[in-house]
Amino acid sequence: MGKEADALILSTSPHIKSTESVQKIMASVIVTLIPAMAFSVYQFGLYVLAMYVVSVATCLISEYLVVRWRKRPFSLSDGSAALTGILLVMVLPPKFPLYGVALGAVVSIVIGKQIFGGIGYNIFNPALIGRAFLAAAYPVWITSWVDPRIGVSSVTGATPLAQMKFDAISTPIADLFLGRIAGSVGETSALLLLIGAVYLIVKRYVAWKIPLSIFLTVAVLGGIFHLISPARYPNPLFHLCAGGLMIGALYMATDMVTSPITGRGQIYFGAGIGALVIVIRLFGGLAEGVMYAILFMNALVPLINRGTKPKIFGTGARNE
Amino acid sequence: MRFFSFKGGVHPPEMKELAEDKPVQKAEIPSTLTVPLVQHIGAPCTATVEAGQTVKEGQVIGAAQAFVTAPVHAPIAGKVKKIEPTLHPLGMKAMSVIIEGEGEGQKEYLPPLGDDPLRIDVKTMLERVQQAGIVGMGGATFPAHVKFSPPKEKRITTFIINGCECEPYLTADYRIMLERGEDVLLGTKMIAKILGVERTIIGVEENKPEAVENLRRLAANSRGEVQVLATKYPQGAEKVLIKALLDREVPSGGLPMDVGVVVSNVGTALAVCEAVRDGKPLIERVVTVTGNGVKTSNNFLARIGTSLQNLVDQAGGTVGIVGKLIMGGPMMGLAQSSFEVPVIKGTSGIVVLQQEVFMHEGYMPCIKCSFCVQACPVRLIPSRLSILAEAQDWKQAEMYGANDCIECGCCTYVCPAKRPIVQLIKTTKSMLRKLKAREK
Repeated sequence: MGKEADALILSTSPHIKSTESVQKIMASVIVTLIPAMAFSVYQFGLYVLAMYVVSVATCLISEYLVVRWRKRPFSLSDGSAALTGILLVMVLPPKFPLYGVALGAVVSIVIGKQIFGGIGYNIFNPALIGRAFLAAAYPVWITSWVDPRIGVSSVTGATPLAQMKFDAISTPIADLFLGRIAGSVGETSALLLLIGAVYLIVKRYVAWKIPLSIFLTVAVLGGIFHLISPARYPNPLFHLCAGGLMIGALYMATDMVTSPITGRGQIYFGAGIGALVIVIRLFGGLAEGVMYAILFMNALVPLINRGTKPKIFGTGARNE
Repeated sequence: MRFFSFKGGVHPPEMKELAEDKPVQKAEIPSTLTVPLVQHIGAPCTATVEAGQTVKEGQVIGAAQAFVTAPVHAPIAGKVKKIEPTLHPLGMKAMSVIIEGEGEGQKEYLPPLGDDPLRIDVKTMLERVQQAGIVGMGGATFPAHVKFSPPKEKRITTFIINGCECEPYLTADYRIMLERGEDVLLGTKMIAKILGVERTIIGVEENKPEAVENLRRLAANSRGEVQVLATKYPQGAEKVLIKALLDREVPSGGLPMDVGVVVSNVGTALAVCEAVRDGKPLIERVVTVTGNGVKTSNNFLARIGTSLQNLVDQAGGTVGIVGKLIMGGPMMGLAQSSFEVPVIKGTSGIVVLQQEVFMHEGYMPCIKCSFCVQACPVRLIPSRLSILAEAQDWKQAEMYGANDCIECGCCTYVCPAKRPIVQLIKTTKSMLRKLKAREK
């Protein structure tokens, strides 16, 4: 018996744990992105595959170096760095130079994540920080589009949002939904992104309140403006399917670390993003506003969390 | 069908199938029993016997001059071998009376009071509960007579018998409800009379349909109602149970009596019945011995003071490499450092788990997934509390409601970063107590 007694583990309850883990969550998100990634490679060619490889590799190397330098125990195995690498490429145009991709990946990991303390501590979505940096550093490349293999080709290769905004040309919703359009690598097929996200919602890895609240706000506000002037403002379905809204609402805004933890907070957060997207798209100088909308709302998350703290059990006045 | 339930909670694997069909079996009584003099919350008892003295089964061997305390009785007839500090299930060393004997011998029970609660007066019954050393048998071990005598200004309207047994693995209460249903109901009636309540409810989780059926059948012509609750942990946590059944929230820092409710475990009702009707003090209890670390899971009626080793041996011994020896359920039970600790009044089960990788794993920073926020039955933000505890910001943690935590462990169970959230909150609570003591 003595031997067994020596081996008894002493720790506080609970003594059983669920099978969820950070690794599992990250891996699931990556797996659900595979259809959209495959489609992007098909649509825009093998060069996109090279972008993914460069981005993921650079993210992993940056993460490794910084974590080692900071003498932190957390390794690359949690999968979060790889996910950032994938998401970064998905929001870049399909012919972005590879060294630019690498630079963006370094910024994503080092400035977007590790500077704040690594996984769990960052305020902003790391991939979007990388993209924001690239948008400022390479304003021409970030708006240089490529015609997709299947779908509507345009002379300029411009995205539907840019065509809408600057040339008043509208794109059929079906093309938008299925991804037969020009645009950033991974944002073109609303359908494939939705399929992946539904799985994540079922698994509870994605807080459904966030995308729902974004979609509703965009639809309602977009709809109001469309009713005011159908010629000037596109219909709400266009807003929902175009640009980075799908990938932003489903995969960026729902990043656990940078979104609110209370149910009510998630609704406010989504509504804020939706409203900002419409304001930027319709009245801003840019064709697309999902990235800035999310980054802006990321900054408000601590405030939202504090403001939506649930009422602790037994502190209400509902007793008989 | 909709069941009474609450918001939050978790669904760990129930694992009740290991022992639920095993009728309660009288455990063999070992020749040596170690009976701690503290088996309750409150003033510790001092020994009323001396080494070398012979004792009868049921004789008082420890008592204290206080209201919040419960006497300890000799579980068997025999000779007091020693009175010395031994390892206690709570982790410390505590004074215990070690008795050597040969199983059932001469008894010294209290005089039986009959089985009609209507004909026994409240004071006599309450006194009997106290004399019999009855404590909360669900594991809280709060002296029952104290709970049953709330201050006058707190009017108690409802008495709830807790038959949820929401802890995975444990089946002791289930077996009691199946096999001793009548006695549970009689005990319930006695307690209801002591409290003077208008309403008694027996709450049982939906995963025990046979217990529900049995109690409903037995209670058909009495006032006790049997209600079915959703199977969800921690359905049986006092505050959660009251909320689910009555939609009343025990105020922060308060007790069930603040909302006119008293909650007792089915085991407590059984003990009260036996004490009043038969004059039997609390010297034995039903203990589930289960888990993948024991050969044959079983439910035993074991004498207080029986070593865990003895019961595990009666369950066929251990299997594989034992990682954890838990007194109580896996969600809130206490990990034990030795098989030599004794069964005490609050021991509802012994869960032996084989060693698994996760038991040795470290944890990561919080990734704000909010799983814990959704699981917390008392609407705290456990993730935040864990971070504040790491930063040793006790005051801020207090503002975030650390003291409202019921320590059910749901947050820690669901955490994908494997953070020891409850442990951090428990630390916070104890630091806050220390700070408060210093301020005084």
